[in-house]
Amino acid sequence: MVFNAIFLSILALILIAAALYAVMQKDLLYAVIATGIISLVLSVYFFIMQAPDVALTEAAIGIALTTIIFIITIRHTSRREDEIPVTKEPDRGDND
Amino acid sequence: MKKAIVILLLAVVGYSLAVTFADIKFGASRLGNIAEQENVGSFYLTETVKNLSVANVVTAIVVNYRGFDTLGEVTVLFLAASALGSILYRRRKEGEHEEMISKNSSQLLQSGAKLIFPAILVLGAYVFIHGHLTPGGGFQGGAIIATGFLLMFMSYKDYHVSHSVLMWVESLAGVLFVTVGFWGLITEQSFLQNTLAPGVVNDLVSGGIIPIIYIAVGFKVAAELTGVLETLLNFKSNK
Repeated sequence: MVFNAIFLSILALILIAAALYAVMQKDLLYAVIATGIISLVLSVYFFIMQAPDVALTEAAIGIALTTIIFIITIRHTSRREDEIPVTKEPDRGDND
Repeated sequence: MKKAIVILLLAVVGYSLAVTFADIKFGASRLGNIAEQENVGSFYLTETVKNLSVANVVTAIVVNYRGFDTLGEVTVLFLAASALGSILYRRRKEGEHEEMISKNSSQLLQSGAKLIFPAILVLGAYVFIHGHLTPGGGFQGGAIIATGFLLMFMSYKDYHVSHSVLMWVESLAGVLFVTVGFWGLITEQSFLQNTLAPGVVNDLVSGGIIPIIYIAVGFKVAAELTGVLETLLNFKSNK
């Protein structure tokens, strides 16, 4: 019981630290990876809290798919938060 | 001035939150004792196994008792995927593909991806076929299958999934879901009513329409998420 409480507290601390890092970090790639860590810890949390269905969803969508979609978006925009975003109109391929 | 408005707004929100939560004792169970018969939790826990023969109570609630909500969820995902596609999709010439990944990955990643890809597909299919027996279900299984396709997209630069195949799989799965729903409406009283025999607990074929619906949802979610990834990876901005 005590071990369980200590383990959950450590997980919660990792969760908060990763969340703060994701908010503070100006390099968006690191921030996205930090959100991936949040999803990983949350998934372990859900499993310990006896919700394996939610844990599976969090693992598949939170860790893999959301992270990758954010990384693709960062590749198309700018990597650092303080950079001036690209204002050029993207080519929509309408001119064919 | 702007700051004052923000502080005022925050104060209003904080006050209403404090008023709402002031009465609730910290850590007290608001659901009551789950063993008491009049609670809804106890109803689900006893009735699911007795009447529906479904081992996973969560699945029974999601698909059977709240089936219409699940249809709404699937629709939301479909609308999000089609909105993304309508923004980012480019008409291409025959056989032309934009490549986001400029070169193939390393030999190690390619061989590993090829080796592990069928296993991921089987795991995803297992998760949604056994949705009523073990944890997981259509959404989870579909997402797992989409991660398998993601691995292949990342490893091979000329790996593509045909959009028309995805469209057909997705549409047929959606039509199957709604057809099962209307079948319940025609033969019994309500939409998505469980009309089939429940069978024996822990059998693969048990729970009536639940496995059918979850297989449809699994295919639909897998096709939608794979389509999203394919669209995103093939989008090329002229940065």
